[in-house]
Amino acid sequence: MTRSAVEDLLRELTPQVLGALVRRYGRFEGCEDAVQEAVLAAAVKWPSQGLPDNPRAWLTTVASHRLIDQIRSENARREREELASAADVPPEDVPDTDDTLLLLFLCCHPTLTAASQTALTLRAVGGLTTAEIARAFLVPEATMAVRISRAKQRVKAAGSTFELPPAPEREERLRVVLHVLYLIFNEGYTASSGAVLERVHLADEAIRLTRLVHAQLPDDAEVTGLLALMLLTHARRRARTTADGDLVPLAEQDRGAWDADLVAEGLDLAKSSLSGTDLGPYQLQAAIAATHAVAATAADTDWRQVHALYLILERIAPNPMVTLNRAIALAEVEDPQAGLAVLKELEEDERMAKHHRLLSVRAHLLELAGERDAAYEDYRRAAKATASSAEQRFLEERARRLRG
Amino acid sequence: MQFVISMHINPAVLDALTDEERQALGQGHGEFLEGLKASGELIITQALVDPSQAAVVRVHDGQRVVTDGPFLEAKEYLGGFYLVDVEDRDRALELAAQIPDAAIEGLGVEVRQVLFSDGQLEA
Repeated sequence: MTRSAVEDLLRELTPQVLGALVRRYGRFEGCEDAVQEAVLAAAVKWPSQGLPDNPRAWLTTVASHRLIDQIRSENARREREELASAADVPPEDVPDTDDTLLLLFLCCHPTLTAASQTALTLRAVGGLTTAEIARAFLVPEATMAVRISRAKQRVKAAGSTFELPPAPEREERLRVVLHVLYLIFNEGYTASSGAVLERVHLADEAIRLTRLVHAQLPDDAEVTGLLALMLLTHARRRARTTADGDLVPLAEQDRGAWDADLVAEGLDLAKSSLSGTDLGPYQLQAAIAATHAVAATAADTDWRQVHALYLILERIAPNPMVTLNRAIALAEVEDPQAGLAVLKELEEDERMAKHHRLLSVRAHLLELAGERDAAYEDYRRAAKATASSAEQRFLEERARRLRG
Repeated sequence: MQFVISMHINPAVLDALTDEERQALGQGHGEFLEGLKASGELIITQALVDPSQAAVVRVHDGQRVVTDGPFLEAKEYLGGFYLVDVEDRDRALELAAQIPDAAIEGLGVEVRQVLFSDGQLEA
């Protein structure tokens, strides 16, 4: 079995084994460490020695032993005695339930920061090693290790239990889970030099985890909407940058390079997410992505529909970035001046007025309006304000084009 | 997101500190560093030698010319930095305020986001 096939299998088994252990022993933080150790041992062993007869049972047994060792070394006498008997009865190998969702609720506990939620989710549910997560987020492994262990201590301190949150907060907790998956996807989507591969891998991982949630909650319209949004966005990945890593805006992308299978699946999901009565931000963003996906060329885009969808999104989830996107759509439906008028309101907020996204959108609209000098100035200011080097190159290129 | 929090030191101000103040400054950095390590936000910190030990390198017609001393004759010099990975800009500003230099008149603490990075992280 190849190394990457083993890694895929380990990622799939990680939440199942962890779920079984937590059900058996409680203490999420200790179980998580034990499972990680078992997974690391398997990653070394299996590619050379072949798979054991029952990989999941192997992992469960090894992880249980690690956990017992760990507790022994903690030197807690009473627990040691209690667990001595428990160790004789390892957890049932075949879980009768999929614990992915329960684990996600723990990892995305609201007392954690977003950075900790994403790291813990990738390790405990995604089955990634600390080293892989550290590389993906461009921080040293030691930094990531501390972050993960602290996150687990915090989950423990919050007194979380391994069960679904009570009904009144379940909806809200699920939104946090979806937000974390969305953040992981975005992290993977923001290509940055030197780390492009690792980050693409994060987007794949986010999609894989969102598929797991969707399998558990097929009727949740926002889960379906988020999965659709990810697939429709990920479908454009090859068209989104040049071989040199330069950004290609949507209007200039080679639509033939979009991944047709992902587009088809994303469109189906987007459609089904809108079939019910619920309407949430991911469904709307998926609907916008779907509108772009069905346009054969940029000129064929149904901007009227895009604008209407942004208008609804702005109402249910107000956010300056949504307003900026609506301004672009309105400029296409009416004229650049209409788009610029929308920006006027945002400019009243001092911090927003200096934001690189506002500056770059205004530059784009000014360019469409034929105000080349003003557009040039805004592209340059936007390039100075961004913290992404790929975007900076793109904005500087736009500015240069106006002077060329 | 990653930020460099840099300390801009003024040798004259540092020289004028009492022993107790200097000790408190060192201790403050020690505690700050421990806190950053414990929170999982530290990537690396480095302190630089005295600006008098700096050298400025220029190339004229392909020939290297090295001048001892700092590039700018200024009152403040880059003394060192913390490279941190934090949740957002507000957290970086909050951390900067914990650096003891920030409370000493004449010393400066500056916060800037990282635009590009490459190289070995396990320094």
